[in-house]
Amino acid sequence: MTTLKIKDLRSRIEGKEILKGLSLEIHGGEIHAIMGPNGTGKSTLASALMGHPKYEVTDGRVTLDDEDLLEMEVDERARAGLFLAMQYPSEIAGVTNSDFLRSAVNARRGEGNEVSLIRFIRQMESKMKGLEMNPEFSHRYLNEGFSGGEKKRNEILQMMLLEPKFVILDEVDSGLDIDALRIVANGVNELRSPDRGFLIITHYQRLLNYITPDFVHVMMQGRIVKSGGPELAHRLEAEGYDWVKEELGITDETAGQDA
Amino acid sequence: MDVQNRVSVNADDLCAWSRAKAEPQWLLEQRLQALKQVEDLELPEVEKIKLERWDIHEHGDYKAEKLWPGLQEAHEAVHSLVNFPVEGGLIVQHNSDVVYTELSADLAAQGVILTDLHTAAKEHGELVQRYLGQAVKPEEHRLSAVHSAVWSGGVFLYIPDGVEVDVPLQAIFYSSMSGARFAPHILIVAGNNSKISYVDNCISGREDIKVLHNGVLEVFAGAGSKVQVASVHQLAAATTDFTQRRAVVLADGAVEWIIGEMNNGYTATDTKTLLQGNGSNSDAKVIAVGSGCQKLSYTTQVQHFGRSSVSQMITRAVMREEATAIINGITKIEKGATNCDGQQTERILMLSPKARGDANPILLIDEDDVTAGHAASVGQVNAEQIYYLMSRGISRNEAEYLVIFGFLAPVISEIPLEGVRSRLQDLVERKLGRSQEFKS
Ligand SMILES: Nc1ncnc2c1ncn2[C@@H]1O[C@H](COP(=O)(O)OP(=O)(O)O)[C@@H](O)[C@H]1O
Ligand SMILES: [Mg+2]
Repeated sequence: MTTLKIKDLRSRIEGKEILKGLSLEIHGGEIHAIMGPNGTGKSTLASALMGHPKYEVTDGRVTLDDEDLLEMEVDERARAGLFLAMQYPSEIAGVTNSDFLRSAVNARRGEGNEVSLIRFIRQMESKMKGLEMNPEFSHRYLNEGFSGGEKKRNEILQMMLLEPKFVILDEVDSGLDIDALRIVANGVNELRSPDRGFLIITHYQRLLNYITPDFVHVMMQGRIVKSGGPELAHRLEAEGYDWVKEELGITDETAGQDA
Repeated sequence: MDVQNRVSVNADDLCAWSRAKAEPQWLLEQRLQALKQVEDLELPEVEKIKLERWDIHEHGDYKAEKLWPGLQEAHEAVHSLVNFPVEGGLIVQHNSDVVYTELSADLAAQGVILTDLHTAAKEHGELVQRYLGQAVKPEEHRLSAVHSAVWSGGVFLYIPDGVEVDVPLQAIFYSSMSGARFAPHILIVAGNNSKISYVDNCISGREDIKVLHNGVLEVFAGAGSKVQVASVHQLAAATTDFTQRRAVVLADGAVEWIIGEMNNGYTATDTKTLLQGNGSNSDAKVIAVGSGCQKLSYTTQVQHFGRSSVSQMITRAVMREEATAIINGITKIEKGATNCDGQQTERILMLSPKARGDANPILLIDEDDVTAGHAASVGQVNAEQIYYLMSRGISRNEAEYLVIFGFLAPVISEIPLEGVRSRLQDLVERKLGRSQEFKS
């Protein structure tokens, strides 16, 4: 069974420590949600797991199915089955969405096992249809001139084509209207399976109305400060984060502070 | 200062050669006049380039070539550029002479002329005389004068008023012998309200072919005409390329340049449009890849005379290894050219710490009522983009290639002939040091 194990993870950006010893274990079939106000280190966690070069990991261990993730290059992590739908996906002019997607799918499948062009196009078109994306988007340059919502759908499209073992969604709901939210959530639910784990980062409850999490964690000051079930998300939605801060005696919840 | 006249021809030889070619008297006189000017003229000033140290002094000897009966026997490098059967027209120059010419009967019937320039001077003397050397003048500098004296082969392309040609016409300039003169002159005359697309390649047979390519391309775009010129230079490491391209555009005419600078040797090119007429338009797109120890200078220029004329220039260059590029963009708006718009962008991607790049955008504006702008950047491949691609499992190597290719793709995709476009794509991959096995 797929397991992502994060143990005492510490990470710095530009010399500033953001993640201050974060531990979390996620098994295949589980959906974990991480919630928290802005600036508490949620995206830093996602970036450190994916291996963004700006985020320096200073301590801790991360394994995906007993493989040491932190030892791997970014592309190796992806090929090992990790997928991150980014909060701010890059725009790359001159590279068409379909050329990019095919390169990615083939990289995941490995040399000698490339998908045929016809088959790939059929798959891409059917997934795009499910996401209610205009087919024209396959010929557009990667994310260039896409609206916020279009970029998010494009992230989900990549997830669906790559069929990763472990998925991190970073604020995939931001900038989506209610219809788009439902479509994106359907895409995620379609991929739910007993051997696939999910980590959903959000600071709103509304996505969790469509994708019911098994566990909800609250992140503040670069750590998980509270965990619970779906009812925790509902309470956060109703009452905000102040009660958590009060309970824990936190005044400034953001990361990068001296705790 | 270098005062030596290093042209390997003298007036007597030039006379004899021109007579042997049965050139008209006016052309011989034009050549002799230019030859006389050579010793009084300086080399052109090329920004931040010491041209006098380049191999630009020897123009080589005229090398006669036999006509090719067809293209079956042509070198693979030539053959692979042609889509068979040729739809519109094709002309091939081998070293100093044009060896193959083909023009569809349909276009010929409409009055389109496609021939080597010697033949044109004989058969369409008045027309050629009216335009030859009027855009790029012999007296501009020494290399211009030498070119005017000794050019050979070349192309004359004429499109009568009102004729619209929908298939691109193609030329290939093929250099296969060290020391053989390689100085083609291309003259394109597009009548009023005509439409034409011209595509050429300048290629070498082997990397050790040592010649100077001193080429000139002149375009005269009539009122309301649309002229597209796509040109890819892929000359050998041992070959030096000095090329001047210039278009004169009349009222409501438009010229579009699509240029691929893919040589392996020292290169200085200048691509300029003179927007003479009101409402005229110029659009120049240049891509370049530098590798090895190449020294490169690419200049694009526009000069606005006509009111409401519009120009756009984009240069994108990738420099790897120890290549050095000086990229100049000059937008000049003359007094009286009201309501003009001139925009330019130069971007250089540096792939190695030893590569050098210099982008110099220049706006020279003598009129108030205009809009003009420029943007220039010199930088490395964007690390965020590489991270994004790698996060989808794509290797660093492949990711870098996708980003670099994406940087150049918008120009490659504009090349109108499929064969030339896909060869250019291969060429870019080779210049970027990627072996075929990486191809997806
Ligand atoms: N690229 C960066 N450069 C400098 N500081 C950063 C960068 N990214 C994040 N930070 C800092 O790290 C902290 C956590 O940010 P982030 O992980 O993006 O929070 P969240 O996703 O929870 O909103 C913030 O204080 C932010 O300013
Ligand atoms: Mg964030």
